[in-house]
Amino acid sequence: MRFRRLPFIAGFLIVPVVLYVIYVVSPFVQTVFYSFTDWGGFSDTQNFIGISNYTRLFQDDIFLGAVVHNAFLLVLMPVVTILLALFLAFMLNVGGREDSAGIRGVRGSSVYKVVLFFPQVLSVAIIVILFQSVFRTDGRGLLNAFLMALGLVDPNKPVQWFNSPDLVMWCLLAVMVWSGVGFYMVLFSAAMQSIPKEIYEAALLDGASRGPTFFRITLPLLWENISVAWVYLGFIALDGFALVTGLTPDTGGGGPDHASELISNVLYRAAFTQGKFGLACAMGVALAVFSLLLAIVQLRITRRDRIEF
Amino acid sequence: MTQLVTAAPTAPTPESQRARPPRGSFGVVNFFSQGFLLLWAAMVVLPLLWAVMSSFKTDKEILSSPWSLPASPQFENFGRAWTTGHIGDFFVNTVIVLAGGVTITMVVGSMAAYVLARYSFPGNRIIYYAFVAGLTLPVFLALVPLFKIVGNLGTIPVIGPYIGLNSYAGLILVYVAFSLPFTVFFLHSFFRTLPTEIAEAGLLDGASHTTLFARVMLPMARPGLISIGIFNVIGQWNQYLLPLVLQQKQSSFDTDHSVLAEGLLNLAVAQGYKSDWSGLFAGMTIAMLPMLVVYVLFQRQVQAGLTAGTLK
Repeated sequence: MRFRRLPFIAGFLIVPVVLYVIYVVSPFVQTVFYSFTDWGGFSDTQNFIGISNYTRLFQDDIFLGAVVHNAFLLVLMPVVTILLALFLAFMLNVGGREDSAGIRGVRGSSVYKVVLFFPQVLSVAIIVILFQSVFRTDGRGLLNAFLMALGLVDPNKPVQWFNSPDLVMWCLLAVMVWSGVGFYMVLFSAAMQSIPKEIYEAALLDGASRGPTFFRITLPLLWENISVAWVYLGFIALDGFALVTGLTPDTGGGGPDHASELISNVLYRAAFTQGKFGLACAMGVALAVFSLLLAIVQLRITRRDRIEF
Repeated sequence: MTQLVTAAPTAPTPESQRARPPRGSFGVVNFFSQGFLLLWAAMVVLPLLWAVMSSFKTDKEILSSPWSLPASPQFENFGRAWTTGHIGDFFVNTVIVLAGGVTITMVVGSMAAYVLARYSFPGNRIIYYAFVAGLTLPVFLALVPLFKIVGNLGTIPVIGPYIGLNSYAGLILVYVAFSLPFTVFFLHSFFRTLPTEIAEAGLLDGASHTTLFARVMLPMARPGLISIGIFNVIGQWNQYLLPLVLQQKQSSFDTDHSVLAEGLLNLAVAQGYKSDWSGLFAGMTIAMLPMLVVYVLFQRQVQAGLTAGTLK
């Protein structure tokens, strides 16, 4: 038996490893290399130019603006999404009436879990088309019409959602939160359900009400899931390419006047419309460093003793 | 509801009952939370319903009375979207790429995960960690060289046109490679939990390693395979960036290999210049409904599969 082991192992690994090396490992490594060159994309000549791509990035106002926009999403999007998802999950699992069987969620929780998860299975293109209609800047936009009906918005001056430099990032934030909350709500629900019922019963017997139960029991036991969710949402906040491309004004998105451009959009334009491949690779490295820092900082902040139950 | 608890057979001793704070306010909390959940559910469902409703209207109706029901349902919107809007082509392209991508991902992913999880050999850890490291790096980091690599593969004699830019197989292979990190990571932990005794018994009975994998291990890993399969279907169905970069037509004579997300987004952006709103909404409905129907039918597995991936 043993003599056939190595050929077997090699046979099973060869295809996945070769595919992975060609399409994932090698481009990652090449990006780092090209980021130190002046590769123009159309020609095949690359001259080594040291770190000047990186120094250029630090003087590029559009790129720095994109970093600020990414940071805005990176800070706010995970916080808002997680808080909302936690709140909803808590309502679904322990927010309802209590009876002899202990605490349970509000009525209809299984239906809510199905419905609120919808955005997760929608393609980003569909989310774009939906929110183009929601945030239309005339009186026929779903949100404008709704606010006008309530008398909150002057029908002669509809809100200029994506066209307004002050509002555009908030609108993007809203779309990201809208599409993310359902998934994390289901995730936290699953985690809450794996917490033994006896812990809640004990808390009930000790007279703990909903607030303390949540902060003293649910939250600490969910900490690990929350920190995982935080890292995932951080990655989503760093991307955002398709949403910005589809939803915001200007050719290729990012407007008005670069007010909503993200690193990914600047990178795409630099590479595929301006042909500055070397510079785009430097942006890719910057983005990767961002992601790694995010993961490290996040794991540091949220590291706690693991609670087994 | 308070009475129910006090009357329950497990009711606590009088001391602890006295320590319990009054609970009359819970009715308010319930009302508030129901209200909030209803509001959020409405925010999810109403735009979707509105879009489906709009797909049955005429352009004029969409613009003049966005809220009313269609006077007479315009089924030809769907036909127009399918043919003139090329949604039909995009749909077929997506299904071809998805079928190939998910199938190959599952086959090679489970093979790699199985070997890495259950056999010790030099280099095992290095290969495993190389796969897992791919989870943390953004696709954008690889984008530019990837475009060049796929372009170069396209110049290989004979097979080049099939795996280069704007080809089905080229995109499928890229999907597979980028799906491998999570697939291997997920199935690795799954294969590790399977009992060793059965594997040993199988080997003693004279089964080869391959037979053991195909006849014993894969069937035992079925729940894990279903979870990661769903994960990959949703992930690859919704891909936008990779097709956008890799399916660019190389000349105007090339056939358009755009997938749904990309084709639809191009339509949506183009609407600013040439308006066929009803066609756009019809196309969106065509793209959205299959996923929603499959999700509603299999929602338990989908939710369990996706959350298992993150909870591990």
